[in-house]
Amino acid sequence: MSILINKDTTVIIQGITGREAVNLTREGLDYGTKIIGGVTPGRAGRDVYGVPVSDCVRDITDKHHVDASIVTVPPRFTRDAVFEAIEAGIKLIVIVTERIPRREVAEMVELASLRGARIIGPNCLGVLSPDEAKCGGLGGPAVNVRRAFKKGPIGVLSRSGGMTTEIANTLTAAGLGQSTAVSIGGDAIIGATYAELMPLFEADPETKAIAIYSEPGGRMEAELADWITVNKSRLPVVAFMAGRFMDEMPGMRFGHAGTIVEGKADTTADKIERMKAAGISVAERIEDIPALVKERLEKAGH
Amino acid sequence: MADGMFIQVEVDDAVAKDKELVKKLVEVCAVDIFAQKDDGSLEIVRPNLDECVLCDLCVQAAPTGKVRVVKLYE
Amino acid sequence: MRFYEYEAKQLFRQLRMPLLKGRVAKTPAEAKTIAEEIGGPLVLKSQVLSGGRMKAGGVKFPDDPAGAEQAAKEVLALEINGHTPRGVLVEERGPVAQEYFAAVTWDGRAKAPVIIFSDMGGIDIEEVAEKHPEHVGRVHFSTIVPFNPFRAKEAISATGVSGSELNRLTPIVAALAEAFLRYDLTLAEINPLARLEDGRFLVLDGHVDMEAEARDRHAKLLDDLGIGKDETREARPPTEFEIKGAAVDATDHRGVAGNVKEFDGDLGLVIGAGGGSLTLFDAVRNHGGKPANYCEIGGNPSVQKACGLTKLILSKPGVKKIAVMMNVVSNTRVDIVARGVIKGCVESGRDPGETIAIFRIPGAWEDDGFKILEKYGVEYCDRSVSMYEAAGRAVAKMSK
Repeated sequence: MSILINKDTTVIIQGITGREAVNLTREGLDYGTKIIGGVTPGRAGRDVYGVPVSDCVRDITDKHHVDASIVTVPPRFTRDAVFEAIEAGIKLIVIVTERIPRREVAEMVELASLRGARIIGPNCLGVLSPDEAKCGGLGGPAVNVRRAFKKGPIGVLSRSGGMTTEIANTLTAAGLGQSTAVSIGGDAIIGATYAELMPLFEADPETKAIAIYSEPGGRMEAELADWITVNKSRLPVVAFMAGRFMDEMPGMRFGHAGTIVEGKADTTADKIERMKAAGISVAERIEDIPALVKERLEKAGH
Repeated sequence: MADGMFIQVEVDDAVAKDKELVKKLVEVCAVDIFAQKDDGSLEIVRPNLDECVLCDLCVQAAPTGKVRVVKLYE
Repeated sequence: MRFYEYEAKQLFRQLRMPLLKGRVAKTPAEAKTIAEEIGGPLVLKSQVLSGGRMKAGGVKFPDDPAGAEQAAKEVLALEINGHTPRGVLVEERGPVAQEYFAAVTWDGRAKAPVIIFSDMGGIDIEEVAEKHPEHVGRVHFSTIVPFNPFRAKEAISATGVSGSELNRLTPIVAALAEAFLRYDLTLAEINPLARLEDGRFLVLDGHVDMEAEARDRHAKLLDDLGIGKDETREARPPTEFEIKGAAVDATDHRGVAGNVKEFDGDLGLVIGAGGGSLTLFDAVRNHGGKPANYCEIGGNPSVQKACGLTKLILSKPGVKKIAVMMNVVSNTRVDIVARGVIKGCVESGRDPGETIAIFRIPGAWEDDGFKILEKYGVEYCDRSVSMYEAAGRAVAKMSK
């Protein structure tokens, strides 16, 4: 099984005629994703790789059930697009766009939570359930996705889009497939954190362990550690922490928008300590993840 | 004929002098390898050759075999 | 993007917050003039984007215009943590009865803005929160329901403040929260917010940070405050190398070859993307390598951009070799990056096979990429070699 998306998930793409969106559409269709429509205001009647384009999200939701929307419009128009999707009743929204100010992200997240919708991102490469579907650029063209991702028991969560594929590829090479991989986004405020996605993996009988990519900045790792401790999670978690050099360089921004060391809780040292205290195995290198996962799976009796 | 470090584009004379075809080549290329001179004939923008993304759209725009994109690393 | 104190106060003045008399001076003579206008005891504060001003000697308390002129001379000449002062803020000085702390910032965990208030101002708020939690009020507020001052009142009241103090503090803190939302700030802080012995409430010091991504939405405010479009306002001022790096990234709109940061090592790095760069930089340092720079390439940059970045790094004195490494790529193309870095070596008059210590970018269009690398004799590896191992190979070549 998978979380968030599978082969039956119906998907639309907002901003479908944009350069990146055209790629996402082709890659998604090639991978078997049910992309049933797209929106670009003023372009109704056109099509992108056979996917019909509409002016409004409602034009599609009036006729079809839509499970998810991928939003890839310029930063200035993102909030409008996301509000439109939420108010049209779509429950999963993947925001690919980066460079959206925090205030607008907070507004989108607040409305989503009022309406019972879930946001992934922004500034992410989306969600991929191997052999089922992909929403977003994760893994690239279908042929590349098939090389790096295989179906299996590991859930992957990553603040970096590129490292999501790197970790999946490392797991695949070691014979460990993935249930679903989520690029959760690199901003300071995101729609779904590690801790908010854990219950979904917890409820998925086929997911047996979790691999996580993490970096400095924010309180997301502390939140995950708390969640695991409070909920006595059945899932072993293995994490990789990048950006250790940043502990020595407070106030400097490297990598993603949310990656900056401002206080002690932002450092990798502090995060590693918290995660270890919650029973999370911390890998020194990416290539150590598979062995740690296997060790934890064996201990758990799988 | 003109070549970059990695990519060479060869266009037959008949195509290079055909105003309509040249216009089409200019349109399809995403990295501006083709330009049209004042007299309508083809100009290859040498600094852009290595930006070629091997999309083949120029090859498809001309009659078979009249535009050739050569990888100089093969 | 951090504001200088005098800019933060200019913003507060627009919001009709109560401020001390005074303004910023660029020269000692100007400081003297301002001191004469104020006519009383003074505070002079160095205008730098760095903490620890008091400790470093960047704050002085002269009593008259002559003293102010002398103090300004000293403060303007004093570099603090590598920052040269932009000016000196000359303000009136009055006896303080009580200091408070008020700030609005983002709570990433709650995904909402939060007002933090304390009646123990002037000292480190983290310390107050730890030792005297009953003196810290925290109240989150909505970003989609219009802001109302009761949120500020709740935060203040939570610390036990009541009476006329509560009613005089509420509008100040409410104005801070409204400005926080209106101007896309990531931090709006008043510390200390003081009650003087004569009963007035005044903003003594302020700290404002604006979200870099929102800069162009507030062009008018930034223009009013005199903040230039090219001011990065990072923890340290950008080096010439870093400014050139930004120029390379701006050559065209295709992809990214940016966030170039200078270090003093001998191994140049052409690495990506966001998370991959962090991972690879750690890996190089773990193997004992000395990076000459940090950078992030991604989003499928043009050949020209990858070439320009390579040339910039190779132009840096002391750079012996470069390592070209990324995580498994999806939309960035291996062949395009290979072309760019090889071209960059050749145009710098260097042999790519000698100069590129390792090329480890697996993924899209890798077959073409590897053929190019073979032709130029560059050592490369595919996805079976980890990022860590590739970094190790590059570092090993440096000692040869």
